[in-house]
Amino acid sequence: MNMRNLAFDLPLMLVDVRILAGAVAILDKITLKLDAGEPTVLIGPNGSGKTTLLRAAMGLIPTSSGLITWGSRAQSLPARRAIVFQRPTMLRRSTAGNVRYALAAANVLREKRGQRTAELLADVGLTGLGRRPARRLSGGEQQRLALARALARDPAILFLDEPTASLDPAATKAIEDIVRAVTARGVKVVMSTHDLGQARRIGGDVVLLHRGRLIESAPASEFFNRPRTEEARKFIAGELLV
Amino acid sequence: MAGVDDVSALHLVLTGDPVLLAIVRLSLVVSLSAVFFSALIGVPVGAFIALIRYPGREATIVFLNALMGLPPVVAGLTIFLLLSRSGPLGSWGLLFTPTAMVIAQTVLVAPIIAALSRQTIEDLWVEYHDELSAMNVGAVRRIVTLIWDARFSLVTALLAGFGRAAAEVGAIIIVGGNIDGFTRTMTTAIALETSKGDLPLAIGLGIVLISIVILINALAWGVRRAAERFAG
Repeated sequence: MNMRNLAFDLPLMLVDVRILAGAVAILDKITLKLDAGEPTVLIGPNGSGKTTLLRAAMGLIPTSSGLITWGSRAQSLPARRAIVFQRPTMLRRSTAGNVRYALAAANVLREKRGQRTAELLADVGLTGLGRRPARRLSGGEQQRLALARALARDPAILFLDEPTASLDPAATKAIEDIVRAVTARGVKVVMSTHDLGQARRIGGDVVLLHRGRLIESAPASEFFNRPRTEEARKFIAGELLV
Repeated sequence: MAGVDDVSALHLVLTGDPVLLAIVRLSLVVSLSAVFFSALIGVPVGAFIALIRYPGREATIVFLNALMGLPPVVAGLTIFLLLSRSGPLGSWGLLFTPTAMVIAQTVLVAPIIAALSRQTIEDLWVEYHDELSAMNVGAVRRIVTLIWDARFSLVTALLAGFGRAAAEVGAIIIVGGNIDGFTRTMTTAIALETSKGDLPLAIGLGIVLISIVILINALAWGVRRAAERFAG
């Protein structure tokens, strides 16, 4: 279903991307290629630049230097991408109203929104909660609703910024199941996490960031079994990267 | 003496004195119309200032906030000069009509609604910015979304505007003329009857005025609470 979008938006290339906040480099000469297939998981300590990288790849913040291209183009319709923030904001509407709003913003025809809303709520396990005010949902339910809103855009690339931070194991599993399901449907998932276990479970590729620099990027099995850098070895061993 | 006046005032209110009712009706028509037109002007203006960055925006906000304290007599005098026979809008023949009173109160109330709407919508925009940007929502839809989602909070701005309009006397007495049976409202009548010494009617109107303000605030509060339970 997303082959057309994939053809347009992938590979997503970051070439020598630098993002400065004053004199401080939040991202420093990041070069990374994100292609179709299994999820890519960004890991690294707080302040390593994971969120900034996701926002830049989404096209929400400009780069100070370097180049980002989507499907070999520096400009791409953001309709082909979606992001779920670490603390998503629920619109002051019902659960279904949030999804309908996202569908309207994605220019889905009005007559198709009702059925699509029901499908999306079913996809994220929120069937039956459509009429509940979104702000009254639990933290895990709000994350799933944010996922439904993102999927309403029928994205080729889905960015998830620590989607399971502060969730309990059951809610975390629910999110991971959704990630696997959308990956199986051809959506490229790029997510950040602090949870190394999750990176092992989800990751097709793992990217380690530290102080705004890309330390190591490799397939998950290779990264965890044969890390090439000292920082990766320390991070996997649970030592503090400072 | 005061006790006798109080009883007479209550009698006027409870028996639905026609003079009193006519004054109450006109007051409500003028004040609610002014709030309606002020909302039509003030809410979009507030949203525009909240969301659009342009040179002089800070000065606009300061000016708008200052207008919240605009003295009613100054607003009344300005509208009087515009609508007077020799004024630029004198040919419209609106001076000493309820329409002139609505215009004067709109001048007073619109800045209040605009300033409070700006603050409310700007606060919500801080909250919504990332999500709406990620959804690639355009400027017009953003404004509509923020006004809609802030609608319960904006009720407070409308109530503040209504409070200003309902209590106002300085502007409407200048542009309305306090003409018996035509432009006499509760506040202008209270001022007149008090100066004449007819305290029962003044007190009766005062009771009605306060009751209406409390009733409208209670209704708005109830609607807001009920709607919040539904929409979150």
